[in-house]
Amino acid sequence: MQGKRIYLDNAASTRLDERVLEAMKPYFFDTYAVATSEFAYTQGIEAREALDVARATLARVLNASPEEFIFTSGSTESSNFALKGVALALGNKNGKHIVVSKIEDFPVLHSAQALERQGFRITYLNVDGEGFVNLDELRDSISEETILVSIQYANQEIGTIQDITSIGKICREKGTIFHTDATHAFGKVPLDVRKTPVDLITVAAHTIHGPKGIGGVYIRKGTPIVKWLDGGFQEFDFRAGLENIPGAIGFARAVELMTAKENKRLQAIRDRIIDRILTEIPDTTLNGHRYKRLPQNVNISFHYIEGESITLHLDMHGFAVSTGSACFSRSLQGSHVIYGIGGDHERAHGSIRITLGRYNTIDEAEAAINTLAEVVRELRKISPLGK
Amino acid sequence: MKFPYSETVLEHFRHPRNVGKIEDADGKSIEGSPACGDMVAVYIKVDPKTNTLLDIKFESYGCASNIATGSIITEMAKGKTLDEAKKITWKEASDALGGLPKIKAHCSVLAIEGLRSAIRNYEERRGLVKDREPTTVEVIRKRLGKVMNPISGLDLVHTNLVKDIELKDGHVRVVIDMPENHQFTPAIKEEITEKIAPLWDVREVVVVFTE
Repeated sequence: MQGKRIYLDNAASTRLDERVLEAMKPYFFDTYAVATSEFAYTQGIEAREALDVARATLARVLNASPEEFIFTSGSTESSNFALKGVALALGNKNGKHIVVSKIEDFPVLHSAQALERQGFRITYLNVDGEGFVNLDELRDSISEETILVSIQYANQEIGTIQDITSIGKICREKGTIFHTDATHAFGKVPLDVRKTPVDLITVAAHTIHGPKGIGGVYIRKGTPIVKWLDGGFQEFDFRAGLENIPGAIGFARAVELMTAKENKRLQAIRDRIIDRILTEIPDTTLNGHRYKRLPQNVNISFHYIEGESITLHLDMHGFAVSTGSACFSRSLQGSHVIYGIGGDHERAHGSIRITLGRYNTIDEAEAAINTLAEVVRELRKISPLGK
Repeated sequence: MKFPYSETVLEHFRHPRNVGKIEDADGKSIEGSPACGDMVAVYIKVDPKTNTLLDIKFESYGCASNIATGSIITEMAKGKTLDEAKKITWKEASDALGGLPKIKAHCSVLAIEGLRSAIRNYEERRGLVKDREPTTVEVIRKRLGKVMNPISGLDLVHTNLVKDIELKDGHVRVVIDMPENHQFTPAIKEEITEKIAPLWDVREVVVVFTE
């Protein structure tokens, strides 16, 4: 295991940008006080001001007002809050029906399942072969009792970007609250709450070279949602708990560092990887849409072989990627996303996700594909399938 | 850095022994399927005079533990008599590999079954087995003893999870003492069905979870 390790699993987490760390540092060593009101001591006021600036930055990026952006511990908390908070607010008043897509990430999917056990009715919308929700089906699924629709902006595994503007419009027509999990889309594709009718948005810092343990939720003014993390009155009384000021500062800095130019660069590498794999390696299937996908996401199934073996071989060569194989997951279940788009077991178990970040180069991508081609060839030699 | 796999497992994974197909095999088997995430094919050549394994090869669709177990059992079985080879256990293979993660037991046990099935296939071809016997509750229980409980790495029978087995006119109903919404229930359900359904006189398998 010699040589440089090349990290191609940036959807899972990213390397922190040094500039983010530099921005955070003073809030560990100098301005480490609790963010207090303007009537208390100097350090507390400085901390409060720093938090306000960070919040304003996040709000500006979304074209929202600062008081509409709440810091959380990450996307899991944000999505839990969005679903359960709205359920608490409206469940006994307007109805107990919630609509989600089948391929949501676990924070949304498992929150929905938890609410189902509490007596809510959940519609799990099908998606087509590329992962898109059918808008007519969505419209038909919303009834008088529907209190919330939660459909992700972009998929965590296959990168499919949903038409959330159209989805939001349908929700508006029907008078239903709309939440979108933008964990993987934030900073990568445009998101403007004045253009897209969305009421709640989940975002996180760890996917954009920011620190772990900080995320946020956008809450459109007036959205009915009940606080359930009780304690103090922080975050406009939406979420109790000591503010993670270094995290918030880091999150804001990370967002500032995201550029369209960088996304374009990653997209070019993405396209190169997809084109090379599909032309050079036989019996492969692209998962997701060829173009309407996140600029950093590649997901391809290699038939006749199993993903954990592929990732382990790649790791021995220094490349870190992810797979939708059952063997890789703690639940021993193949990827629900690949099943969701109509894939069979073999396609799920043989799926490999490559996700790019700021520190990846085209040379690394080329080297990864060369190695991948070799690994796939070797594993197919010993497979009983496909002969 | 610590991998969940031992050095021996990784070594066999990187350089699996006895890989491939024997075209004129005396016995062969395929265990598992892409559905359960792993599949093993085993091919054997047998010396009919001494009843020993002259050659053995395997193919694997599966994860590292599946490939490594396939590799090690071919080494362990080669040269042994059929009776000796049949007695190789998962525990022995696992020990020879320096241990396997519990959660991977179900992937690796396939290779052991593959070897036994290939031998059985040989015996059936040579007319060395008696007529097929009708399935009984005991036969089903024995098969359930090969379904792993991923929480403990032990099988369902030994971990007392099999609450009830009903058998009537080829219809099998197995009750497992686990909550339906447990993270492992879909995997366990699928594996039970795969083990029981191939029995020649079984027509339907229903798996029920308590709670």
